[in-house]
Amino acid sequence: MEWKLVEGRPIWIQLYEQLVYAIVSGRYPCGSRFPSVRELASQAQVNPNTMQRALSQLDAAGLTYTQRTDGRTVTENQTVIEIARRTLAKEEIFRYLNGMKNLGYEKAQAVAMLEEELAHEG
Amino acid sequence: MKDEIILACKDLTKRFGAICALDNMELQLKKGRIVGLLGPNGSGKTTLIKLINGLLYPDEGHIWIDGVEPGVFTKSIVSYLPDKMYFADWMKVKDLLEFFEDFYLDFDKNRAMEMIRTLSIDPELKMKSLSKGTKEKVQLVLVMSRKAKLYLLDEPIAGVDPAARDFILHTVLTNYDPGSTVLISTHLISDVERVLDEVVFIKQGKNILHDSVDRIREKTNKSVDVLFREMFSMIPKAQDGFVRPGDLRSAAPEQEGNHPHPENETQNTNMEGETK
Repeated sequence: MEWKLVEGRPIWIQLYEQLVYAIVSGRYPCGSRFPSVRELASQAQVNPNTMQRALSQLDAAGLTYTQRTDGRTVTENQTVIEIARRTLAKEEIFRYLNGMKNLGYEKAQAVAMLEEELAHEG
Repeated sequence: MKDEIILACKDLTKRFGAICALDNMELQLKKGRIVGLLGPNGSGKTTLIKLINGLLYPDEGHIWIDGVEPGVFTKSIVSYLPDKMYFADWMKVKDLLEFFEDFYLDFDKNRAMEMIRTLSIDPELKMKSLSKGTKEKVQLVLVMSRKAKLYLLDEPIAGVDPAARDFILHTVLTNYDPGSTVLISTHLISDVERVLDEVVFIKQGKNILHDSVDRIREKTNKSVDVLFREMFSMIPKAQDGFVRPGDLRSAAPEQEGNHPHPENETQNTNMEGETK
């Protein structure tokens, strides 16, 4: 997967966000084995301790869990994943509305234009 | 185990004639960290690394590596990448592997061979026939193929192209033992920032900042690279005492207005000084 890191924000938070995205978008399906810290750190070219911190946060959020002997697994709990997915969806919607607002469109206009676009796509 | 100290420096001072290269340096590094040693040219990075290696002796103060002062024993647990090439250029790559195998008990020749193969370097080639970047890669392979407790890498990425730089960082990340510590000196911070746990800023032979990369980003909302540029800026400071990254550009229109550019002010005072 593509890792994008920007300046000025803690690296572990950015890694965490991208891992959440990978889970809710189905890249790592429910109940599947999660790659190891080393694997992910080497893939993202980041420090393993930083990746560990991001992964611990995934555990804390209930999106993954660790068994002592058997590495990390994506949760089987669909509800938890759905909640995380909704949160990200809301952020996307907010980003769209905010962008339209900055361009000077009212909310109703933004919705109408979105529907128009969808009708076009058919 | 992770919180054990692998390297401690106390009141470390080294002078070269009138120049004080290290000035009462205090430093403690824990096991299992990748640490960036960052400072401008001439700040004392290489001097510190040479002292830790026992290549120089301190004028004052002490160094302990895993509790022992530098000497024969510490050389067996420290793997050092110097800032210069030191191998005889008539030697073949495979000769060097054997040389290291003879020399260091903790050298893993199979691992080194594997890395040489991954890099598509022909082990039968002589060092003198290799490009500068390839020589540096070979040297890094040798250094990282030891199972050391402390790796000291002096400017490992300075002279190589971006692809080789990625390889070097990848090698450091994948080959170091989770219990060992890597100290990387560099001034190319943006390239290494994401692989570091912590950074040490040194200025005029003193340790002026030692913190984790993410804590610096959290506290300042800046990357370590940007913070470094601010702290070591050679550009005369703006009125509020801070040079922001955009200052050079935003200052340009001001120059035409009534506000003199700080840079001009300094030049003026210099000129006055000369005429007096």
